[in-house]
Parts: sequence; C-alpha cells; structure tokens
Amino acid sequence: MAAFAAPPPVSASAPAPPPLTLLNVSYDPTRELYQEFNAAFIRHWKKTTGQDVAIKQSHGGSGKQARSVIDGLGADVVTLALAHDIDAIASSGLIAKDWRGKLPQGSTPFTSTIVFLVRKGNPKGIRDWEALARPGLSVITPNPKTSGGARWNYLAAWGDALKKNKGDAGARALVEGIFKNVPVLDSGARGATTTFVQRGMGDVLLAWENEAILALKSPGGDRLEMVAPPVSILAEPPVAIVDRTVDKKGTRAVAEAYLRYLYSPEGQSIAAQHGYRPRTPEAAKVRAFAPVKLFTLESVFGSWEKAHAAHFADGASFDRIYQK
Amino acid sequence: MSARPASPFARFALVSSALVLVALILVLPLISVFIEAFRGGVQAWFEAVSHPDAVAALKLTLWVAAIVVPVNVILGVVAGWALGKFEFPGRSLLITLIDLPFAVSPVVAGLLFILLFGRRGWFGPWLGDRGLEVIFAPTGIILATLFVTFPFVARELIPLMQSSGNEEEEAARVLGAGFFQTFFRVTLPNIKWALLYGIILCTARAVGEFGAVSVVSGHIRGQTNTLPLEVEILYNEYRTQAAFSVASLLACVALVALVVKALARKYSNERHRNDEKGVR
Repeated sequence: MAAFAAPPPVSASAPAPPPLTLLNVSYDPTRELYQEFNAAFIRHWKKTTGQDVAIKQSHGGSGKQARSVIDGLGADVVTLALAHDIDAIASSGLIAKDWRGKLPQGSTPFTSTIVFLVRKGNPKGIRDWEALARPGLSVITPNPKTSGGARWNYLAAWGDALKKNKGDAGARALVEGIFKNVPVLDSGARGATTTFVQRGMGDVLLAWENEAILALKSPGGDRLEMVAPPVSILAEPPVAIVDRTVDKKGTRAVAEAYLRYLYSPEGQSIAAQHGYRPRTPEAAKVRAFAPVKLFTLESVFGSWEKAHAAHFADGASFDRIYQK
Repeated sequence: MSARPASPFARFALVSSALVLVALILVLPLISVFIEAFRGGVQAWFEAVSHPDAVAALKLTLWVAAIVVPVNVILGVVAGWALGKFEFPGRSLLITLIDLPFAVSPVVAGLLFILLFGRRGWFGPWLGDRGLEVIFAPTGIILATLFVTFPFVARELIPLMQSSGNEEEEAARVLGAGFFQTFFRVTLPNIKWALLYGIILCTARAVGEFGAVSVVSGHIRGQTNTLPLEVEILYNEYRTQAAFSVASLLACVALVALVVKALARKYSNERHRNDEKGVR
C-alpha cells in the first residue's frame, strides 16, 4: 500500500539543509496565474542561487484568506485582492504596517478592472453600470463581505454614479438596484464565475477582467461575451511578505525575491498572458486590453479604510442595502 | 391500523414511486459521477487521479481515516461499555453529549477548533511558542474529523450493549475469566457486527467529511487538502473531468462500504439463525 507511506518523507540521511518552501496565500482567481508564475520563479531561483524551492498555494475569497492568516495559516507571502485585507493582517501584528512602501507601485505588481460577462450576443443589451439596475435582470456577483472582487464590483458601480455627478443618493440608488437583481451571493469570485458559466444562472456576471478573460477560454466560454463598461475602477491587488512567518522560517530572502520577480519582464509577461494589466509597457503588448476609463479608489473614496468604514463594515452601506 | 392487505394498485404505486425516488436522488447522481469521470477516457481518468496533488490528497485522507477510525473504535467501545452496561448519575447526560457532533453543524465544529487552537485562540499562543501547528495542518484536520465522526461507533454499540445485559459477562467472571478474557471472549463476539457497522459508517464519513475539514484545512494544495476539498478545487478550476475523476474515488469508497455493510448484515443474520438452530 504505497498510499500509506508516511506523509512527511522522513529521510534517514545526514542533516541536509531543510527544503526551502514558500506558502503563497492568495485570492480566488489567481490559481492559474500562480501555477505558471511559480514554475517560472522556481527555474529562476535555481538558476541564480542553485537552490531548489517548492511553492505551495492556497486560494479562496480574499477576506477569508486574510482571516485564515490572522488565525495562524503560515503564509510566507500574501497576494490578496485588495489592500484592506493585507492591512487587516498587518494590524494583527504579522506584517509591518508600512508594507505598501516596500515594493514598487504600492506593492501592486499588476492591476485589473471590473468588466461584465454576458451571454453570447448580449441579448439583454448590457453596456454600462446603469443597465445592471434594470428591473428583471439577473446579476451574479460574489458577496462583498467575503470576496475582494465583489468589493471592487460594488465600488466600481458606486464610483461610476459619482463620476456622473449623481451624488451619494444616486450612487446608493444604483447599487441598491443592482443588488436587488442578485439572486445568489457566492463567497468568492471563482464560485460566482462557476455559478454563471457552468450552472448557467444569471444574465450578467460582474467579474475581474482577468477572470472574465479566463472564463472565455474555459469550457462553455464560447457561449459568453465580455462587455467592458465605458468607466470602471482600477483594481489594485497588492502583495506582501508576512514578516512574522519569514523571520521564523528564515525564508525572507527567497520570499522577497519571489515577490520582486512579479515585477520582472517574465513575471509581467505571465501576468499579462493571464489577463492582468501589467505595469511595464513591454508586457502590455502581450494582449490588447479593452479601453476602459479607469478611476482609482483613492480618487473617489479617499482610502480603503474610509471605503471599508462607509460601505463594508458591519451595519454600513452594504448591510443597509442588502437587508432591504 | 388493521393488517388489511393493500390493493394491488396501491402497492404498485407505492413501490414504483419509491423506486423512482431512489433512482432520481441516489442512483442517477452516482452514475453521473462515473460518466463524467470517464468522459475523457480511461487515460484522462488515470492522469487525473495520479496527479501529485490528487495523490497527496488521497494519502492525507487515508492517513486521517487510519488514525481517526481506530481512535473512535476504542472510544466508542469504552463509551458503549460504560453507558450500556452500567447505571450511574449523569449517564443520560453523557449519552446526549455523545450525540453532540450530530447536532452541531460541521462548520461550527471547525470554527470551534479555530477558537481553541488558532493563533489567537485559547491554546494558540502556547502552541505557537513551541512551534506546534494544529490548525491549518494535518493535526487540525484529524481533530475535526475525530469530532465529527465520534458518535458513529458509540451510537451503534450503546443500544446493543444495553439490551444484551450483563448476565453473560457475570457468568464469565464467576467462572474465573479475567477482564480481558471476558471482553474478548464474551463481549466482543456479541457486539462485533454492530461494531463493524459502526466502523464502516465512521470510515465513510471520515473519508468524505467536507465542512469541518474545510474550515481548519487552510487549503494548501498537496499538503492540507483532503480528497473532498481537492474535488472542490478542481471543479472551481474548470477541470470538471478531473474533479469527477477524483470524486469517483470517493464514490468507490462509498460503494465498498455499502457492499461490506450488506455482507456483514447477511452474514450476521445467517449466523444468528444457525445459532438459534444449534440451541434447538
């Protein structure tokens, strides 16, 4: 029974250096990206240092993953959907508070945005955020309480209304109208995509641009179409080293190299191939991204802290809207 | 209720509706698992189940079962013995407590272990200082599975041990048998089929548990992912065929358990009849 061999292979040989392993705790749609990126980094690390490194992955809704790290999941690096989730880990003392300044571009190696995925031919004629609030439409989005992507969805709609000078009341009315059309809230972005693509629920899915690009390539993707709204939010999924873990395990050097490699030409090009908007112009040539007018979270909501307090904290705007 | 035989039509309607129901909610899903698993051919199925992540998940799942089931057998026999053969204050409270894992949602059970052993939980800091990982490690998965599957063996044994009484054991003791001799020669033969039944149910649940394990697993691929969690991950990665291939392994465990259970029952009935004949 080979299956009963001891789980951690206990080697009888002389003390070899402990195998170098990194755990990357990430959000939901990055599975395919990191599968390829990890392989590239393992090659790169072997070539530059001669060391073997193994990289383990854990994926789930961004908020849920942050929670797990706070509760003790031993991540060396976190690559989450939004800065607020890393801030939450930082405030529990596992990550230095100034993590955003430690890597280029606010520790965000690539960006994305929120787009719509509709059934082939766009039968409901959905072109912009306002169309989503039309009565009778069925909109799929995950739960902003647990999913980072869902928070970007929500803030993109809200910001669109503000950009059109409709004020907070107009924005609330729009988001309220959209969530009236949501039949089911999955806990993560990938769950919502599966609901829309494979279970065939809903007229439109609010999705990360990279998630939409991937869904189009997945089985059943030929029956779908991506619609880029004229205006959307610049979604910035940041990365950080979990100081407490790497100091305990002695993996700081490789963890730092791992995150920095995301900014390298190879890392950027892999990100672009998987539908993330890269930072370097060379990598941006890998794929043509839809021309969307992007606004940053800071320009509309000030900061994640403020956006969270106003919209996603207990009893804040989302709770009031959804409980109606 | 009188024992008037039902009309042939009523009987037909009842039997056929039961059969249709069984076919729809039990047989059809089971068949669909295997159809989806082999949709891409045997080769694709084999590739899916021999993928390193799937093999790691299988190993972990078997390890968890190999630890959880024996522990629960010992605990279950002890609990069945104490509660079935003896009267003491607090006995009924204890019987109720044994059922607790059935009453608690598995997700709550998982969260409970995070509250106890998580980094910020009651024992978390103490464990952390000593470099011991419980939550998001195999230990946590074993604990959660232990909790969820605890009642299966005990529940099977308590009624049986209660109804069989103490006479045989007392006779053995009077005739000079020691504790272990009494247990292995008298008690165990009486409960062995119920015990086997409990073991099968316990194994099936230990292998298939999702909720509690999902909460404490951390979902680290190739490390803390059990088979049911691997199925979910594969499904979410649009690898439907691979997901169903791995699911077919779980379905096989269920089928084997069913067959063993049916054989055990048949054999125990035959033995029972033969014993009665022997007495006459």
